[in-house]
Amino acid sequence: MSRQGLRPADPKKVSGELFTLTYGSLVAQLLKDYENVDDVNRQLERMGYNIGMRLIEDFLARANPGRCYDLRDTADKIQQAFKLYLGVSPSIGSWNPGGDEFSVVLETNPLAEFVELPDHCLGLRYSNILAGIIRGACEMVQMEVMAWFIADQLKGDNVTEIRIKFVKRLEDAIPAGED
Amino acid sequence: MTIYNLYIFDRDGQMLYYGEWTRKKQSGMSREEEAKLMYGMIFSIKSFVAKMSPVDLREGYLTYCTNKYRLHLFETPSRVKFVLNTDVGAQGIKELLHQIFTQVYVEYVSFNPMCPLYKPIESELFIAKLDEVVRQSPAYASRPA
Repeated sequence: MSRQGLRPADPKKVSGELFTLTYGSLVAQLLKDYENVDDVNRQLERMGYNIGMRLIEDFLARANPGRCYDLRDTADKIQQAFKLYLGVSPSIGSWNPGGDEFSVVLETNPLAEFVELPDHCLGLRYSNILAGIIRGACEMVQMEVMAWFIADQLKGDNVTEIRIKFVKRLEDAIPAGED
Repeated sequence: MTIYNLYIFDRDGQMLYYGEWTRKKQSGMSREEEAKLMYGMIFSIKSFVAKMSPVDLREGYLTYCTNKYRLHLFETPSRVKFVLNTDVGAQGIKELLHQIFTQVYVEYVSFNPMCPLYKPIESELFIAKLDEVVRQSPAYASRPA
């Protein structure tokens, strides 16, 4: 995401590998700093949350998606965002009967392209930053959601699957009263 | 055609930025007071309009007009609000506000990690760029019609 005077139709793209490797060094550094996979998972989620809060503005500006009227709308837009930022098209599915929970299924995960988890890192949710980004971005558009990984190719699953659960709608702030 | 002034509010109603180009009459109160009044009015208008609307509303852009000026409100789905006052005849303001959001706010606030969200914007780059975009817009003219 480079800064340019005018935003062209096709924004300057960077090599996906550069991104993958940069993310890899971030995770490696966190593992060194924390020496505990749970802390790393938490940090990644937090970083993602902070990214999501800012990334949503870019998504709104670029894709001009409009407001969501139900969760299926939201799911479509998350799919669209994956396409825009990661160049992959996840499939959306596994809706629960209540319609407030769904899965984003990635056939390939660009974050984990050159990665193998060593044995002592089995608890690590390598791409946990994605869960944080989804949560942060949704919060900015008045939706509190939970996002977590339920399947990961790095752990031998066939696909990478992120589960998303709608928690509640956040309401508009009322202006401060004249006291 | 003229552009008078611009307020940007965050989702909690805090004023992030105030910009002025042509303003012949001041409100006679502090900028903070004025911003609170403005936000309160926007908030009320929005809920009033939503309640009274005889048709299903799609949110996003709202404008009202007095015989002297027109107020334009553009709100992103993330609830950042841009309020721009122009003279009554100004054209293409919706596009201008969208441009301010995509090319100025996103580029110089969202993408600037040194620019905290939910704090008044102090980035000089942002201010300069905003001024440039407004002055280049067709609705801007130094002398009011």
